[in-house]
Amino acid sequence: MSLNSLESADLSELARRIRIQATHMIHRAKSSHLGSGLSMADLLAVLYARILRVNPARPDWPDRDRFILSKGHACAPLYAILAERGFFPLEWLDRFYQDGAPLAGHATHVNVPGIEISTGSLGHGLPIACGMALAAKRDRKSYRVFALLSDGECDEGSNWEAILFAPHHALDNLVVIVDYNKIQSLGTVKDVLGLEPFVAKWQSFGWSVQEIDGHNLPAIESALSIVPPEKDKPTCIIAHTIKGKGVSFMEDQLLWHYRSPDAAEFAKALNELGELA
Amino acid sequence: MRSAFFAALTTLAERDDRIHLIVGDLGFGVVETFARRFPDRFLNAGVAEQNMTGVAVGMALSGKIVFTYSIANFPVLRCLEQIRNDVCYHNANVKVVAVGGGLAYGSLGASHHATEDLAVMRSLPGMVVVAPGDPIETDLATAAVAAHSGPCYLRLGRAGEAKVHQAGINFELGKAVEVRDGEDLTIVSTGGMLQTAVQVSDRLQVQGLNARVLSMHTLQPLDHAALSSALRDTGAIFTLEEHSIIGGLGGAVAEFVAESCQAPFTFKRFGLPPTFSCVSGSQEFLREKNNLTAEPLAALIRSALQKERQLTTQQV
Repeated sequence: MSLNSLESADLSELARRIRIQATHMIHRAKSSHLGSGLSMADLLAVLYARILRVNPARPDWPDRDRFILSKGHACAPLYAILAERGFFPLEWLDRFYQDGAPLAGHATHVNVPGIEISTGSLGHGLPIACGMALAAKRDRKSYRVFALLSDGECDEGSNWEAILFAPHHALDNLVVIVDYNKIQSLGTVKDVLGLEPFVAKWQSFGWSVQEIDGHNLPAIESALSIVPPEKDKPTCIIAHTIKGKGVSFMEDQLLWHYRSPDAAEFAKALNELGELA
Repeated sequence: MRSAFFAALTTLAERDDRIHLIVGDLGFGVVETFARRFPDRFLNAGVAEQNMTGVAVGMALSGKIVFTYSIANFPVLRCLEQIRNDVCYHNANVKVVAVGGGLAYGSLGASHHATEDLAVMRSLPGMVVVAPGDPIETDLATAAVAAHSGPCYLRLGRAGEAKVHQAGINFELGKAVEVRDGEDLTIVSTGGMLQTAVQVSDRLQVQGLNARVLSMHTLQPLDHAALSSALRDTGAIFTLEEHSIIGGLGGAVAEFVAESCQAPFTFKRFGLPPTFSCVSGSQEFLREKNNLTAEPLAALIRSALQKERQLTTQQV
């Protein structure tokens, strides 16, 4: 799919494509975190088709928007959308997680155009995003910085250091999106380490907060289109999502944080998602 | 060393506007000059070292040379994974600076004893590890790490150490400074033990032993050439550091000499036992308690050499 056709692509078709790619990749690799990837596929589709000012021909363009996937375990659909946008060949996806291949099981920047920051240990993305946003302010640059966090990683203290930091320095060029699918590694967020009242926490720390349905494409686009919504405040978008979204038997199921689909499950999932056009 | 560092950094920042300084809410009385002169290149990140290090990486990946600064273990161990994954893995141009290396904050208690930092930092891929021996080395090391593109760790002592060198030494990262030459043994020192190393060599000289003294200010990459020469010329190496006996200078030198030396040689590490101090004590007190002062060190070196020579004689 070329860049131009992607710009005009139907967003839901793009989201569907990267869900299918991720399912293929994770099934082939016998790897994990499909549920975590499916929950953020719609967010990625809107970001890469409509929001991020990036150039696949010049991945290191100094004025590009920065995107950091802090929940690096969910990298399969990110690799897929980068390939769809032409940062690297689609064939690379076939070798995801394989010996000697560039695409590792957590977001990896080495020799992978378009990956801004390697992640995989949680709680690292947002502090780095703060540094990038502060550098843009100090250099009077207009690029924006977007960091996509999982809900589970909001357990990490390093995130709360950064959540204090960004409003203090009026980083209104910074946007955090929390993929709030309500399920983490060993249980529901509510049961493991509750985040509520989540919106009120971010607001009380000084962020401009919006809550959206993280699968409603127009709502996502609308929320991300104006940066900043409030001058001098960083933005937090709490995206309510469903883990495993798009595959009925994976939706809202803890099992699909780690489980890799077997042949029957893979066929059933593809049957629901449809085939790649 | 602390004053020398800030003076050097301020001078460098005059010439290079990429230089930024981020502190973790420490440095009262020493950061103000930099902060006043370069308000848009200074940042107090608060008591939040993990975020401080992440912010430094984000800024460094935007083209800046970023120094993070705090005391003892705070900028190092508290945010170790940020240093590994974010600084080193991304080859970010971040310079981690810790003041109070070793026992400099002795009386403040074990929380403030930075005695494992060298071992940890020198194992990180891509990290240049520097522990200057006196204020003159500190001045030159600050310029050298700023000029080096990539991650560096600069371990400083405290304020007010005496100068060991005369001005005008030749300083290069990864290259030991020969403080004095000698043919009977070599004392390899890192960080603020340099003055003690010189004092030990003075004592040994009186007893007829001429010690070569090397200031191994850079632990990673280690100066293998200087160590090879020391083995070849003197046949005996003694390492001296204000750091755990595990994994620091002594460990680094042991790794090299064990794999490289063909002829028999004498080797001994002087440092701190891998235990927490169980009493309060100043740096001077704790050094004495751990035999890290000139008199016991000279005696230990002499007896090690005598023992080795007796053994050699018996074998012959």
